[in-house]
Amino acid sequence: MASTWFRRIKKGILTDTREKKETPDGLWHKCPECKTTNTTQELANHYYVCPKCNYHNRINAAEYFPMLFDNDEYELLFENIVPKDKLGFIDLKPYDARLKDAQKSTGLKDAMSVGAGMINGNGLVIACMNFNFIGGSMGSVVGEKISRGIDYAIEHKLPFMIISKSGGARMMESAFSLMQMAKTSAKLTRLAKAGLPYISFMTDPTTGGVTASYAMLGDINIAEPKALIGFAGPRVIKETIKKDLPSGFQRSEFLLEHGFLDFIVERQNLKQKLSTVIEWYMKGK
Amino acid sequence: MQFLDFEKPLEELHNQMNKLKEMSAKNQVDVSATVRELETSIEKTREKIYTNLTPWQRVQLSRHPERPYTLYYIEKIFSNFTELYGDRQVKDDKAMVGGMAELDGMPVMVMGQQKGVNTKMRQLRNFGMANPEGYRKALRLMKMAEKFNRPIVTLIDTPGAYPGLEAEERGQGEAIARNLFEMVNLKVPVICIIIGEGASGGALGIGIGDKVVMLENTWYTVISPESCSSILWRSWNFKEKAAEQLKLTSEDMKGFNLVDDVLPEPVGGAHAKPEEMAAIIKTYLLGALANLNKLSPEQRIDQRIEKFSKMGFYDEVAE
Repeated sequence: MASTWFRRIKKGILTDTREKKETPDGLWHKCPECKTTNTTQELANHYYVCPKCNYHNRINAAEYFPMLFDNDEYELLFENIVPKDKLGFIDLKPYDARLKDAQKSTGLKDAMSVGAGMINGNGLVIACMNFNFIGGSMGSVVGEKISRGIDYAIEHKLPFMIISKSGGARMMESAFSLMQMAKTSAKLTRLAKAGLPYISFMTDPTTGGVTASYAMLGDINIAEPKALIGFAGPRVIKETIKKDLPSGFQRSEFLLEHGFLDFIVERQNLKQKLSTVIEWYMKGK
Repeated sequence: MQFLDFEKPLEELHNQMNKLKEMSAKNQVDVSATVRELETSIEKTREKIYTNLTPWQRVQLSRHPERPYTLYYIEKIFSNFTELYGDRQVKDDKAMVGGMAELDGMPVMVMGQQKGVNTKMRQLRNFGMANPEGYRKALRLMKMAEKFNRPIVTLIDTPGAYPGLEAEERGQGEAIARNLFEMVNLKVPVICIIIGEGASGGALGIGIGDKVVMLENTWYTVISPESCSSILWRSWNFKEKAAEQLKLTSEDMKGFNLVDDVLPEPVGGAHAKPEEMAAIIKTYLLGALANLNKLSPEQRIDQRIEKFSKMGFYDEVAE
């Protein structure tokens, strides 16, 4: 009987996780969008963008900085600012332990890295969020590093850019994380008074308090293709309105269409586009 | 009168009192001595309950259905209120109200989130959750106040900015961000008072001021205890715990220097004696505005930036 050929004899997945045959970590990368496999080296050479479907993989400061700064030369600033658990916040795990785990797994101090260097010969300060550190959440260190990055830009008369990539405020810092929205916005008014440009670059994902403060306050607001950008998360909106959300909702293209982005830029064109813009702002100054 | 779960002993005493009064009316006996006794006992019980409120109980109080809302305070504290509508772009947001008013003869601009007083009004007011047009209306009024050199008072009471589809289309994030940026730079004095719920960006969107003040039984933080419980504990059952961990009470917030002052509420909460509460707010406003008027616009703006720039905790280590 033919049908028995297709009948499963044993049910469920029986292979133990330890026995699963996987390629060694770090050699190959499977695109989460189109499932094409590339070597990680190929992917890195291609700006971590899938060569087949143009999916922009999530990357952090460690990848953006060498990609943007000339000759991979830049100075990391304010690395001495580290988080602490002033509130003694405990949910399923103490915040203190979360911080230590995140620091161990990422080698970072917190979710923000600030770098200064040249981009096609023009100086630039970039504050870049690291999504791998507690979801890129915005706590006191993120706010303080932005604040000092702005002071540095003013002192050296440099343009300032923030690369946003964040789930929003860091709940474990409670109202202190909320106030980072006020703090960063307040400091951005100083940058504006100094006549220096602020470029906000939004990448996947940019949500919550980050969107409702510095991400939306750029002299130009730009984004990577198909990045999720919004104030409320899609799940919360869906629960509130009890309807399915239209496809493409809260993606970069949707925001461009509704007038909240100046343009969308693919990662391979980012450096060139940035230098053109910076040139326009800074020429003759 | 509506009683919260932790006010149970009070409710029982009130019931006793009602029964007693009923009985005395029916049988025409003099119960005045017992009534006085009960009254004292009610006052004592109330004081006992209210001196030991947990953070979650304060959250409950901030949402008490009889608690006075923005329009009540506007009517009690100010005179000649002229409500102004619309953001001049999309529509009028009923969750955010505001307009011209006078405070003891001094022209001011006043605004805030408005919750509904009954089921129908709650819907109309969208439960005090503003859309982008609400924040843009508020900013329009603030800019007008600045142009005509009038101080600004904002009254904050919101469970959050509305998380809706149209809100996102019209840029909820941008609207709040713009308000933060613009409020920092307002040349006129700005006083913000949290009169109920101070939930996250929706509250902060009209919350940048020279003085940010909380009424005693209000809360102000980055997320509601319920949502915090659902995200961090992955269950809705830890709201009391979340309220404790978030340190969201007026006392905590003043201790952290994240707000400038706390205004005491009458025993039993603002809703127990709303007129007394309004008088306390009015006295505070008059004093604070008199002090702020002594500073130049530049001084006020600088102090505002310095104040918010200091907020945050971190360590500085040797590299």
